Amino acid sequence: MQTALQFGPIFIHFDRLLLGLWQTLQLSVLSIVFGTLIGGLGAVGRSFGPRWVSWSVAAYVELIRNTPLLIQLYFVFFSLPLFGLKLSSNVAAIVALSIHLGAYVTEILRAGIEAVPKGQIEAAKALGLSRYRIIRHVVIVPAVRAVYPSLSAQFILQLMGTSIVGAIAAEELTAIANNLVMQTFRSFEVYILIAAIYFVVVQTASLVLAALGRLLFRWKV
Amino acid sequence: MSLRDFGPNELVYLLLAARWTILLALIAFAGGGVIGLVIAGLRVAPIRILRWLAGGYIQFFMGTPILIQLFMAYYGASFLGFRPDPWVAAALTFSLNGAAFFGEIFRGAIQSISRGQWEASTALGFRFVSTLRLVIIPQAVRLMLPPTVGFMVQVVKTTSVASLIGLTELARAATQINTVTFQPVLVFGTVSLIYFALCWPLSLLSQHLERRLATGSALKVPKPLMLAA
Repeated sequence: MQTALQFGPIFIHFDRLLLGLWQTLQLSVLSIVFGTLIGGLGAVGRSFGPRWVSWSVAAYVELIRNTPLLIQLYFVFFSLPLFGLKLSSNVAAIVALSIHLGAYVTEILRAGIEAVPKGQIEAAKALGLSRYRIIRHVVIVPAVRAVYPSLSAQFILQLMGTSIVGAIAAEELTAIANNLVMQTFRSFEVYILIAAIYFVVVQTASLVLAALGRLLFRWKV
Repeated sequence: MSLRDFGPNELVYLLLAARWTILLALIAFAGGGVIGLVIAGLRVAPIRILRWLAGGYIQFFMGTPILIQLFMAYYGASFLGFRPDPWVAAALTFSLNGAAFFGEIFRGAIQSISRGQWEASTALGFRFVSTLRLVIIPQAVRLMLPPTVGFMVQVVKTTSVASLIGLTELARAATQINTVTFQPVLVFGTVSLIYFALCWPLSLLSQHLERRLATGSALKVPKPLMLAA
């Protein structure tokens, strides 16, 4: 029976952990960018689109938010090849993660848009602003600012969510950890170390997002 | 090509596997609720070190992926000389993880109750635990309810991750059936619908409670940051 934690055999493979971390960050950043684009379009379609668009977006949001990310990953990874779309594991992971995040971002932004006071829009109309400029400057920018904390929390969740894409053989930090376990047999030590890495990355990402928020929304209303 | 087709037997297999998803979610809910209440109590306790410890607990469970927590519980058992068991690891992890989120929900509700209630209780000679139990929590329950039900949706969905340490619940049953039938659209479509049937009513209930309980009160529980969904 082993009694002491031994991190030595793991540190030899530090370069692979770094690679895994890099892949995790890539998955996160790419899926956050695409997911936010989907969410932006979704929110605009939900709030300002014709009824059939609004309803379709609502169905998408409800379907994604009420099913597990893991099942969405499996669905994308196993089903798309049947339609002639052969995706590598990592691309399939990015597709599924983006679709997943898109639903949450849609819902967060929609809540923000709905929270914009009606009087503010009426005032903009009275000033003769065009519909486009009202939607952009009077609704969307204040809405995004209002929901920015929720948005960054969702991005952090996305970062941690990438840990399960190893289930479809995509490569990232957790998948590398699983490989290291098989090589070194120091399973507990590996996961302690990985947990520490995620913790540091999550805290750093929170700080970066908070700083970004101050930068983006630094003017006073 | 495939070993068998997706038929009634496979559907029944999936539906039966959903029992384990429900059971795990209930364990997480019960365990997480009880421990979460303690965590919330510690978070508002008059002793700084207790608040600090509970804060660290929440930081850890909210700041690392639940899959890693599952692996730690699973392999930690064998490190300590026990035989690793997916059910024990999953029950433990989901309860402890849920407790962090419930703790934040409960704390938010508790802190929404005005300070005057605390002062009045102190003036009447109540101690901390009695104040919390007899004065604050009964008032905070209606505020806790919507986010608690909403978090249940998260719990049901997250139990799918337990399939990755080999616990046979709905998600793992789905991959098993997919391997033998190779009809992923049908298999994962069906499984999505089963999860949806479990989660959607809870989502609707949460929204309903939020609208219903919010009326007649200016109080609103701030959602924990990590629960922004």
